[in-house]
Amino acid sequence: MSSYVLQQLVNGLTLGSLYALVAVGFSLIYGVIRLVNFAHGDLMMIGAFVTLGLVATGYVPWVIIPLLVLVGGFLAGATIERLAFRSIRNAPMITGFIVTLAVSVALQNLGILLLGGQPRNFLFPEVFRARVNLGPVQLGVIDLVIPAVTLLLALLLALLVKQTRLGLAMRALSENMLAAQLMGVSANRAVLAAFGLGGALAAIAGFFWGGKFGQIDPLMGLVPGLKAFVATIIGGVGSVMGAVVGGYILGIAEVAFVGFTPPSWSGYRDGFVFVLMILILLVRPQGLFGRDEEERA
Amino acid sequence: MLTLERATVRRGQTRVLDEVSLSVPGGKISALVGANGAGKTTTLMTLSGLLPLKSGQAVLEGPDGDLDIARTAPDRLVAAGLIHCPEGRQVFAKLTIEENLRLGAFLNKDRRAVARLQDSVYALFPVLGDRRRSSAGGLSGGEQMMLALGRALMAEPRVLLLDEPSLGLAPLITDRIFETLVALNRDRGVTLLIVEQNAMMALEVADQGYVMAGGRIVESGSGKELLGRESVLTAYLGVGM
Repeated sequence: MSSYVLQQLVNGLTLGSLYALVAVGFSLIYGVIRLVNFAHGDLMMIGAFVTLGLVATGYVPWVIIPLLVLVGGFLAGATIERLAFRSIRNAPMITGFIVTLAVSVALQNLGILLLGGQPRNFLFPEVFRARVNLGPVQLGVIDLVIPAVTLLLALLLALLVKQTRLGLAMRALSENMLAAQLMGVSANRAVLAAFGLGGALAAIAGFFWGGKFGQIDPLMGLVPGLKAFVATIIGGVGSVMGAVVGGYILGIAEVAFVGFTPPSWSGYRDGFVFVLMILILLVRPQGLFGRDEEERA
Repeated sequence: MLTLERATVRRGQTRVLDEVSLSVPGGKISALVGANGAGKTTTLMTLSGLLPLKSGQAVLEGPDGDLDIARTAPDRLVAAGLIHCPEGRQVFAKLTIEENLRLGAFLNKDRRAVARLQDSVYALFPVLGDRRRSSAGGLSGGEQMMLALGRALMAEPRVLLLDEPSLGLAPLITDRIFETLVALNRDRGVTLLIVEQNAMMALEVADQGYVMAGGRIVESGSGKELLGRESVLTAYLGVGM
């Protein structure tokens, strides 16, 4: 394999990781309460600006910042659920869908009001920007850190869903909210946790996005949020690992499209992503790892 | 133990419960019977705090004083020992049998106690123990009823509300389930309220019964008494004499 191809693969893995981080939360939230949350991508923006704010103080050491971003994302996700989504939890699906769009627009405009619409430069410290040689390919340290952290967090989330009491509550709510409540499961607490966890992962994706691409702005969450939605659908909605794989497929396919087609085509990368989704859904309507909804008793 | 006082519940414009008053005495078996659509399931949902009252009151005598059901979160009612085994069983089909049972004891944080309860359910229904790691969706209707009952027992109920335990089951299995229920009441003193379309079956084991029609209580008395009233059997329960 030529070093160009390897380089593209590395870029694809990095981009795919960022989609995966957002997609996993999207999938978790949908899984628990069947809400298609279009405001989810904007948590990335919140994570990126929390980072910028923390850096601007000049006091917070770099090791602590990602942890604070995770906490900030959790709080932001949970707060949004409490304020905007709890009251419409039992409303028809279309209502929830519209409200998430409204929240998304509100968050973006709040960002513009508070921070201005101009993109801001975002610089990771030297450690992350350092480059290492791996055979023929030169890698940024960040290109190694992003996939490693993504896989670690996805694994932890999958374990949480599979092994813990909270995860059991989430799976029970996902299948039958009424019966879960009859067991004494508090829907409010579990749903809040799902939004918090999703928010934390999206926020850390925003942190990495800024570090990788060097610029952040209040609308930055929009397109990656939509693509994470695509990744979720490709993987099969409601499955954590499906969302991760969907994110990587999408990231690698997108980078390959840009890297191996004539330069003048690169403007069509977003279009390509959605066409890819349509093609996959034509063949497998339930996504690659999704189970048929009809299978449910 | 559990009372409804002039409870009215609306769905849209219709009164699905119309000033229903009933009381479920502690340590006894009560039956609530009536035709389809009479309001039996609504009554149970109201008693377990899942439907809001338009007017009237629902009260559970708790270990630490009375609880106003309309103002108590469903999980706190479960913690107070009020367990509802819902219509159609509603087991979690995608989860394993073991996970279903663990959910039954969701509020119990003592792992050892949960394991003990689990073993006692497997002792009661060995077929569940044999397949503890397979998903509940693969069970037959009768096995799912056993799982739903076992799941309810995991919560160590003081009061158990059962919605149509015989629905869609073969007579032999229905007998088995009813035997288990009677034993539960006799040996552990669990208070039962059984909603049934199979009125004969429920009234036979019940200490007292209520007959519902059109969202109201229309007859009440001891189980034997109601079984003897021809008017009850023909008019409300569709049993030809």
